[in-house]
Amino acid sequence: MNIVVCVKQVPDTAEVKIDPKTNTLIRDGVPSIINPYDMHAIEAALEIKEKIGGTVTVLTMGPPQAETALRDAISLGADEAVLLSDRAFAGSDTWATAYTLAGAIKKIGFDIIICGKQAIDGDTAQVGPGIAEFLNIPHVAFVSKIKDITEQTLTLDRMMDDRYEIVEADMPVLFTVVKEINVPRLPSLKGKIKAKKIEIKKMTNAEIGLDVESLGLSGSPTQVKNIFAPDIVKDRKMLEGGVEEQVNQLMSVLKELKCV
Amino acid sequence: MDYFLNEEQQMIKDLARQIANEKIIPIRAELDEKETFPYEVVDALAKADMFGLFIPEEYGGLGKGSFELCLAVEQLSKACLGISTVYAANALGAYPILLFGTDEQKKKYLPSIATGKKLVAFGLTEANAGSDAGGIQTTAVKDGNEYILNGTKQWITNGGEASIYTIIALTDKSKGARGASAFIVEKGTPGFTFGKKEKKMGIRASSTCELVFNDCRIPAENLLSAEGRGFLVAMKTLDQSRVGVGSQGVGVAQGGLDEAVNFASMRVQFGKPIISFQAIQHMLANMAAKTEAARALVYSVARYIDGGAKDFSKVSAMAKVFATDTAMEVTVDAVQIMGGSGYMKDYPVEKMMRDAKILQIYEGTNQIQRNVIGQCIFKEVVKNKKG
Repeated sequence: MNIVVCVKQVPDTAEVKIDPKTNTLIRDGVPSIINPYDMHAIEAALEIKEKIGGTVTVLTMGPPQAETALRDAISLGADEAVLLSDRAFAGSDTWATAYTLAGAIKKIGFDIIICGKQAIDGDTAQVGPGIAEFLNIPHVAFVSKIKDITEQTLTLDRMMDDRYEIVEADMPVLFTVVKEINVPRLPSLKGKIKAKKIEIKKMTNAEIGLDVESLGLSGSPTQVKNIFAPDIVKDRKMLEGGVEEQVNQLMSVLKELKCV
Repeated sequence: MDYFLNEEQQMIKDLARQIANEKIIPIRAELDEKETFPYEVVDALAKADMFGLFIPEEYGGLGKGSFELCLAVEQLSKACLGISTVYAANALGAYPILLFGTDEQKKKYLPSIATGKKLVAFGLTEANAGSDAGGIQTTAVKDGNEYILNGTKQWITNGGEASIYTIIALTDKSKGARGASAFIVEKGTPGFTFGKKEKKMGIRASSTCELVFNDCRIPAENLLSAEGRGFLVAMKTLDQSRVGVGSQGVGVAQGGLDEAVNFASMRVQFGKPIISFQAIQHMLANMAAKTEAARALVYSVARYIDGGAKDFSKVSAMAKVFATDTAMEVTVDAVQIMGGSGYMKDYPVEKMMRDAKILQIYEGTNQIQRNVIGQCIFKEVVKNKKG
């Protein structure tokens, strides 16, 4: 049983500030973490492994420093780690990212692929399902519970806005998880010691052999033209006078705004 | 201060702190209030390999020493002494097997202790045998391939929750302490039951209860070391564990100090944060200096033990007595600095103060520790005169 978990290293958004001049993230001094939804994906993979056995491989596409995210995943209990890093991958949008990850996963071999539902920086929720499309396998997005698992089949609860769906899927399959699925574990000492020593496998396009035109910026059908922080309009009006007077004023404002 | 931790020691300290912050601090007040055993935290500690810290690698542990155990205990104690007592008492129960067990006994028991699957407890104290541990009355009578245990152990930490118990009982009543032997007793053995669960002033998340042996038959192979060596097993075990109690003292003292500093810098009286007043600064200075001194002593003793020292009763007792007296003093002062707020359950320092008191009492009262230190000094003088 090969379980592949795709993770993304993201800035810890609790600490992030935006440069008002350039409108980009100030990344200096901001700690990098594993995307929180991906932590739930790792936990799901480890729980499946504990139940039916297998190997958990964590995969990330990113700059060389994304290696720390992979080591963190090893300290939690993942067996193998692969870093997908190549200048040719730079500037990928969700289409090119999914295409590249799918190519790497084909090389690694897979029965189950698990992703977090989305990354907290891009927030698109497109890469997971995109990978499944490129691999031509079924996918189940927003999984909140693994109800049952056998050697061939997974039964999953899928959390929708207004209902749950119970989905049965044959392997190979990709699913993305929401945070309700589990509580991610803390690292173990043995895991941390292993994480220090393990050699992270590095993969470039030379090993995957994908069409260079479909990679990175040139392979991305969408491109970011501009980024800006929205203006925050703080319009404030103080009501004055006695209580009755203030209530009357408030009512007329609310009527004006068609709130009542 | 830099205590020159190596990479793995730093890792152990960081992970213990992470467990303390994420798993212990959010629930410590509730566990204390309801006297609930911390099953979730025990599970988290087990998954993090913390129970295997001091167990040799060949038995599934990490093969670390007293120092690493102290680093972990200190971080847990900073958050909750009740929970760190569960953890440290587990080590206390495991040491007799680790120090005196045969390879077979170690193979049978240590792996499940290392994974945290089974908790251990140490049973020496009885109603009439506290500081005078030689006064125990529980008996173990050999009958063919078995020993039959009779008697009651009192105030046993992890009692009821542990699966494995290391018990001191008399195999020869006529010889007193020299007639004591150590045994491994498993929970569920017929004739072995649990008496009343104690209600305590502090460390209320830990379980403390009576162990009752009523014609309890255990296999003769569960004897640790040899007949008549039980008192030695107990004393060597306590020498080993006392430095760990010292690290509990350092942890809770640091916890109290941090709370007091934090509060004093926020609390404004007479138009200024109270930390700007000399009266408060002098108290904080004493608390900080004593805590650091206790830490330096505990770390030195733990490293001395790990270095292969043969006889460390004196220094181990010194670490215990100094660090735990410090813990009591610092937590009382933390409450004082925080005034009415410190006395209320809204803040953690009143719990720290209640918890700290046990450190001066258990695993040998601080008066007994001073006896140990004093007797060692006396023996050294006699030896030097002769030499």
